[in-house]
Amino acid sequence: MARLDINSVSKAFGATRPADGLSLTVESGEIVAVFGPSGSGKTVLLRMIAGMFEPDDGDIQVGGRSIVGAAPERRGIGMAFQNFALFPHMTARDNIASGLRAKAGEVTARVAAISKLLKIEHVLGHTPRELSNGQKQRTALARALIGNPDVLLLDDPLRNVDAKLRYEMRLELPSLLRRGSAAVLYVTQDYREAMAIADRIAVLIDGRFAQIGTPDDIYAQPASVAVARLFGDPTINLAEVTPVAEHGALSVVVAGARTWLGSGVGVAPDGPCWLGVRPDDLVISSTPGDDAIPARILAVTPMYEKAVLLLRLADGTEWLAALPHDAPLGAADDAVFVRFAPDAAMLFDRATGLWIGLSHRRQAA
Amino acid sequence: MEHSSLAGLIFRGVALTLIVLFFMFPIVWIFMMSFQNNDQILRIPPRILFEPTLSNYKALISGQLHTAAGNLQITFMRNLFNSVVLSSAAVALALLLGVPAAYAFARFKFRLGETIAFTLLSFRFAPPLLVLLPLSLYYQELGLNDTYFGIVWVYQLIALPLILWIVRGYFEDISPDIEHAYRLAGHSWWEAFTRIAVPLAGPGIAAAGLLSFIFCWNNFVFALILASADKQPVTVGALAFVTASGIQYGQIAAAIVLSVTPTLLLALYAQRYLVEGLSLGAVKG
Repeated sequence: MARLDINSVSKAFGATRPADGLSLTVESGEIVAVFGPSGSGKTVLLRMIAGMFEPDDGDIQVGGRSIVGAAPERRGIGMAFQNFALFPHMTARDNIASGLRAKAGEVTARVAAISKLLKIEHVLGHTPRELSNGQKQRTALARALIGNPDVLLLDDPLRNVDAKLRYEMRLELPSLLRRGSAAVLYVTQDYREAMAIADRIAVLIDGRFAQIGTPDDIYAQPASVAVARLFGDPTINLAEVTPVAEHGALSVVVAGARTWLGSGVGVAPDGPCWLGVRPDDLVISSTPGDDAIPARILAVTPMYEKAVLLLRLADGTEWLAALPHDAPLGAADDAVFVRFAPDAAMLFDRATGLWIGLSHRRQAA
Repeated sequence: MEHSSLAGLIFRGVALTLIVLFFMFPIVWIFMMSFQNNDQILRIPPRILFEPTLSNYKALISGQLHTAAGNLQITFMRNLFNSVVLSSAAVALALLLGVPAAYAFARFKFRLGETIAFTLLSFRFAPPLLVLLPLSLYYQELGLNDTYFGIVWVYQLIALPLILWIVRGYFEDISPDIEHAYRLAGHSWWEAFTRIAVPLAGPGIAAAGLLSFIFCWNNFVFALILASADKQPVTVGALAFVTASGIQYGQIAAAIVLSVTPTLLLALYAQRYLVEGLSLGAVKG
């Protein structure tokens, strides 16, 4: 029962800095997803914790004790690798048991228990070469879990498994990972996976944590335009606006249409901003109005449970709208009117891209 | 093969037969020579059918060479024994030193690493005769002349670079993550090396060991200069068959058959390991 503390850890390889002052605390029993685009330094962070490289600067502690400089085998860490890294000359059973130093009877019992949990009892006698990707991944997970490590590191474990299994594992993983009350750090490139599995998400961009928060917080109030763009599919719509205050209420104008954002939203007017609206929050209709943005449909992409419309607004900006598949859609080249609810809007500083305010609504993907 | 027409099959069969004949002919011919006496061998035209004799092998094993000019003592069996001892010891030492070194070169970046690796390889570039004179002077001074240890040591020039460079490639092919995983499972660096890296590089180590054994076995000049009769391997010992009364072709052939046999058996035995692709399926490709 130990928590993981990462204190302003930095690491440079030549000119690149995959870790630039990273700080994060993971409580015992908590799952924190480290999410970011490829090349943002996620794997480097995991490898510093696991002891494959040492940080140039900063400290990493497990249960209050620094592990920097300690040999990997003495850190009390379990890790599942993206490429599985199973021992090819050992059976699945020996792979799983490799981390246990116990009496033979106890080893057998624990391997049996964990493999039952992960549904791989029937392939324990096989070598990795004879396992399917899903079975390899479960074997690697079992190997990481069996020693009840203080800290559990998962490096994009669902990357190399097929879509169906990924979906199943997303459902199973949270309870599996909480079993031993380890502090879990889960690296992924898929924001849906991060939101499904994690208690908190740490968004890593260019070696820095852009935001650390619960999935709902990050989705509803992203810390910057960059974070907002990473969460959500299709990606968030942006428009250049300058909010104005009239009679104490704030409004923005997008392509000639004024939308009232309400009063007392804590945003100073007259600064150049980015307006962000998620594609799911757009409403399409054929009735014009002061608050309706005139637009033309460029393309319609049906995606089974929803349809994605590519729109060109009156000022030439292209936006995406995601609509339920039973909503009246219109066809390409139709003229339509776009509205969005004020509580779905987000404002970011135009110069820095940082969060200013709004989006009081909380909704997961 | 998908497109196995009759003509293709026949062509393939003929081509394979020709290749096998081409490569096997010297071996078969030597094998046949070893059962003939000098008169039968030097007969023109040569004959495929002959009355086999075991006299060549008898002479080699008994150490008594009967020639027209009289009886000669030869030490062929002693030479054969020397070859086995020298080559095995040289390869064993080279593996002991070379495999950890290869691992270090494959896994760690260190100052002058590539330079050292290349210097070791460059031992193979220099003609052995070039280093022999200074080497023999040093050996005389160190008292290493005509010792097993001295020859085993000089054989490292042959075996060590070969093992180092072949095994290094095999280590580089193993994903470091596999070793990291083993260390995170609570094992020391040494355990990860001996239980993960070495077994996975096994086919490469076997191949490198076999190759360097063959090179050591076939070496001639080092032992010719640095060893006297009782330490010399078969390659040098075979000189004894060039006698005052002519070249003893039959005994030479028998000596070749006897001296090739150990390496041939070793190669056939090690073939399994060479072909086995152990590291497949370890890491998703």
